Formats: sequence, C-alpha cells, structure tokens
Amino acid sequence: MTTQDVKASNSPGFSVPSGGPGIGVGTVGEVVLEAIGLTKHFPVRRGLRQLLSRERTAVHAVDDVHLTLRRGRVVALVGESGSGKSTVARLLAQLYPRTDGDIQLHGETTKVKGGKAFRSYAARVQMIFQDPFASLNPVHTIRYHLTRALKIHHNAGKSEADLENALNELLTRVSLTPPERYLDKFPHELSGGQRQRVAIARALGAQPEALLADEPVSMLDVSIRLGVLNLLRDLKERLNLAILYITHDIASARYFADETLVMYAGRMVEGGDSETVTQTPAHPYTRLLIDSAPDPDRLAGDVDAAEEDRGNGEPPSLIRPPSGCRFHPRCPMAMSRCSVDLPIRLEIGDKPGHWAACWLYDEATVKEAAK
Amino acid sequence: MEPVLEIRNLNVEYGLGDKAVRAVRDVNLTLHKGEVLGLAGESGSGKSTLAYGLTRLLAPPGVITGGEVIYHPEKSDPYDVLGLSDKALRAFRWAETAIVFQGAMNSLNPVHKISTQLTDVLKAHDPKMSEHSRNARAREMLKLVGISPDRMDAYPHQLSGGMRQRVMIGMALILQPQVVIMDEPTTALDVVMQRQILGQLIELRERLGFSVIFITHDLSLLVEFSNRIAIMYGGRIVEEAPAGTIYRDALHPYSKGLLSSFPALRGPRRELAGIPGSPPDLAGMPSGCSFHPRCPKAFEPCSTHIPVLGRPGTPDGAARSVACWLHPTEQPVG
Repeated sequence: MTTQDVKASNSPGFSVPSGGPGIGVGTVGEVVLEAIGLTKHFPVRRGLRQLLSRERTAVHAVDDVHLTLRRGRVVALVGESGSGKSTVARLLAQLYPRTDGDIQLHGETTKVKGGKAFRSYAARVQMIFQDPFASLNPVHTIRYHLTRALKIHHNAGKSEADLENALNELLTRVSLTPPERYLDKFPHELSGGQRQRVAIARALGAQPEALLADEPVSMLDVSIRLGVLNLLRDLKERLNLAILYITHDIASARYFADETLVMYAGRMVEGGDSETVTQTPAHPYTRLLIDSAPDPDRLAGDVDAAEEDRGNGEPPSLIRPPSGCRFHPRCPMAMSRCSVDLPIRLEIGDKPGHWAACWLYDEATVKEAAK
Repeated sequence: MEPVLEIRNLNVEYGLGDKAVRAVRDVNLTLHKGEVLGLAGESGSGKSTLAYGLTRLLAPPGVITGGEVIYHPEKSDPYDVLGLSDKALRAFRWAETAIVFQGAMNSLNPVHKISTQLTDVLKAHDPKMSEHSRNARAREMLKLVGISPDRMDAYPHQLSGGMRQRVMIGMALILQPQVVIMDEPTTALDVVMQRQILGQLIELRERLGFSVIFITHDLSLLVEFSNRIAIMYGGRIVEEAPAGTIYRDALHPYSKGLLSSFPALRGPRRELAGIPGSPPDLAGMPSGCSFHPRCPKAFEPCSTHIPVLGRPGTPDGAARSVACWLHPTEQPVG
C-alpha cells in the first residue's frame, strides 16, 4: 500500500482507497474466505500403556466444517465451550496447520506456515481475541501497539506526519476520541471496553478484508458489550468487512449476525439466516440451546416446566466421539439410524439456505423409524 | 415474611486513611426466609465485596468501616455477625451461612477425593459424628444434587465442570444453612448446564427452605430465577424491587440501561444501544449520583447531591425502593 492510499483512507468520510487489496475494495456479498471440509485433530500423547499398541488417538476438535465469509456480512458461529468454535477461528487465521480440508482466500487455496506468506495472509485476515486484558502488552503504550500493526503491514506511510495521521485515524474509527488522549496511555489505564476497541483498531491497522472475532465481548461488562458490537457492525458497513463472530450467546448472534451456524462437538449441526435459525430452530441441539438461554419473560415459578427429557447431560469426549450423529446420546428424538450413520446436511425447506444435519428431516428415515 | 439477614448501613473500604477506596457505601438490604435475592451489577460495583463483607471473609486490605449485619437464627435471638468472636464466627460460617464461590474449577482441592472434602466439613463442625454417619450424609448430599454416590471417591479432575459445581453446591448445603450466598455460580458453565443447575437449586430451596443471595452480572438470568432484585452501581444499591417489577417497569435509568443491554432471543429485533461511557473508577468516584456522567436523564441535583435509596411515590411504591432524583422518595429505607 502506498502513502497515497493511506492519505486517501484518512480523508473525511473514510473514502475508499484506490487500487490494491485492502479496506473498501469489492462489493457486498463477494466471497472473501471459504472453509471447505475443514478438519483438525490434535494428537494425544501416548502413555506407557498405549506405547505398544498401534492405535493413535486424537482429539477430533473440528470435523468437516464448511463456511463462507462474504464482504459486508457477519457470520456467527455459536456453540458451547469445547465445541471447536475457537479452533475454527484459529485455523482460519492459519495459526494452526489443518489436518484436512481447504481454506480458500478469494477462491485460491492458501496454506501458510510463517514468514512472508503468513504476513501477507494476516494483512487480509485479522483476528480479535476474547480477552483484551491479555492481548495487549502491559508495558507498552497504545501508540506502540498501533504503530507496530501499521508498520508491519506497510500502512504507516513515509513520514512521521503520515504515521500520526494514520494513528489518529485508527482511534477515531473505533470511537476513541480525541485520539491524543488515548495514544500515550498504557493498557492498564483503560477500561475493558476501551482496551477491546484498541485491539480492534490494531486489527484494522492491517487494513484487512476479513475479521475473525473470537468472543469479542464476553469478557466485557454487560453495559458496554452492545457498544462494541454496534461498533463492529458500523465498521462492517463502512469498511465492507467480512466478519466471523464466534460466541456462546445465541441471542447476540441473532442481534449481530446475518447468518448463524451452530456447532456441536466439532461438527456443524445447523445453519441459515440468523432470524430463521433462532426463531424456528430445526436441529434438536439448537432447540436445547435456545430453550436454555435465560429468558426474562419466563418468570420465576414455572422454572421446571417441561424440563425433562430435552437432552440433559454433557457434550461427549472428542477422543472417541459417538458414532453416527454426535448428539444422539443426548437427543430426546434419537432414532436407530442416528447412532449408525452420520447425518448429512438436509434442507429444511422453510427458508432458502436453512439446513440441519439431522435425520429427522429425511423422510425415508423417519418413516423407517415409525415402523 | 420473616427476615433472615438484615444488612444495615454497611460500609466496606479497601485500604486505610485518605487512599481508602470505598467499595460498598451505606448498603441497606433485607433477605427474607425462603427467597432468592438477586444482586446485579457490573464488575467493580461492589456486589462481591458486599457478599464477602457480610460473611466477614474480606481479605486485607478490605475493612468493614461501619454498619450491622443482623442474622436471625431459627431458634434463638438475632445477633450482629460483625460483632461475633472468632470462635462464634467459626461456628456461624457454613452452619448458618454458606457461600458458593465463583470458579468451581478452582474451589475444590485437586489432591483430595470428593468424599474427603465433603466429610471434612462435618468433622470440623460436629467432631462427635461417627465416620459412618458422616459418609452417609455425604452420599445423601451428592444424591441430592444429582451426582451418583459412587462418584464419592473421585478426584475433582475426574469430574466435569458442571459436576464440580454441583459438588460445591452440595458441600455448601451439607450443614443445612439458612442462607446460601452464590457468587456468580454458573458463569464458567455453558447455558445448558447453567439452566440445569439453577433449576435444581430452585427445587432444593423449595424442599429445604433456605434463602439465597444470588450474585451475577447477568440480569436476564436473575429476572427469571430470583424473587427480588437489587441493582448495585458504584458501591451503592440504586434500585431494589420484585423481579417482575424490575423487568417490566424499572425506575432507575441505570436499571433500564442494563435491561436494554441484552439482545432478546424472542420478539421483534430492535436496535439496542447499551449504556454509553464506562463503569466508574472506585478511586475517583463522580460527585453526587455516581451514575450521572453516563445518565441520559441527568439534571441539576444529580451532579452535586447523592440520591438516597427510598420508597418512590408510585402506586406500587411500598414494595420497592430506588435512589434517583427523578423519583423523589417519600421515606428513606433503613
């Protein structure tokens, strides 16, 4: 990126820089990043007892994940802890090598291990971490953090003044104004929300096309979470970013994301437009998740109504995941086929693009079970 | 309803002299028999300090600088917890008031079996009890919280997070206390597990008749699970009312802001704003009402005068209290 581009993006109204990859290029809906059959198994260290056996065990953290990030769209990945949602983000950021499957950036297979290739990948795909208390270096100022991001990705311009402009611009974008007040502060002098804004500004310093936000608000105080989510939405619209929003809070996915994908025990179980997935969930696990979310309208008193048989219990071990559908040991509607065959993605048919990996939506299987 | 625990003008500070930070300021609160009292607030609002203060668990430099905590035992006369001798305090803790701490993962001793940790409490409080009856009681407790008694000899790492949290709850209830304080009991757990454990807790409360002080930052959870809610901001209680009243008709602008900080899962999708600004720093508290710099409705008295918690002039004013100049109070609480 040249100095001119930096200047262009610094001009009032955040106009689109001309030429080259980076912020603001491309049209809404253009595919930026695509995961095809993404799989990650973490090998388990063998103990003495297993030393002689041939069996190699692994944690099946992520299996066969498909997802597409498009410009100007937010995709939410919802799941409980241990479902593999953070592993997906780290795979997409190329922080882990994948076991199988493909990651395509603008349709091209990418596999980077480090060095220059990783940097140029990171310039286009940036990650925001959960804990802004841990992701900023406590002994450096905000200026240092942002300058580093700008310099590494060659967005700092040629002169001191360019750098200063770019720094001010970044802080203004994340609504930390006036920028002079924040630039020379240390992370401990800022509140959690302000720190997360700095982390977002740092990610924007690379002028990325896609942001991978791994639980960006779950460590923040309740009253400022929405502020950060609204900021991300605003940035998405202005800078035409593709955002992957990872969360365990399905209500915030409904609020923030265009598309919602639900993960259970390393596999995607349901996906579709956020409103459809949250209002008419198809997969029994999604239903359980939605029924379990706190609901102020259900006042104290009728707490245990219909509490029985909704799939209580816990997620399975991922070292030896259950055969067939991974949810079948907990599923109140499990049929005999569920424990044998892995369910395929089946269209629900109520809204285009709404699918669930569940045999309940396969007519032949349901008929068979009814007999 | 009979009161079990009355907190009167409690003040807690961290540090001494001029540099002291006032974490809890003039708090008045009453816990009644058999109720679940929710205590909501953001980090730094003093909700955990309040809980530790009233059980005298505060570690230095925390100091209780004033107030009373009146406990009403089942059979004898009420007394002030803050005035108890060390010996009396040892007997009071756990047997009368038990506490479930935030991270269940870290509250159990990793090198001892569950059975040892459960029976240890009984040994300390009732040395005459036989080993056989101690074990029987521990088994009974595990069954009560939904863990199969044959897990008695498991070590904490062999249990899942949800099971460990259940063990903690069972342990808190083993001496049948009247008051159980839960400090963010389910934050580390998944929503599915959270609902199961809270549902079970409510059921146990109905069966055993204890009262609960439930501390969390998740207001939507409190509205569903508690009878009454007190909302804290900057070390003070700013509003207290029955759960349904807070949800439908909150008076304090902070309570309203907090309620509209949670995106809804049902109903129409609407634009939410949260609360502008960030929570105050306890060391440099704003003058007057501590919420006024973030308050959309602040007017003249807010920045200079501290509003007192009192009964508002609304028709349902008798059952609730609020500390806000928008709702002049008719009679202060406490």
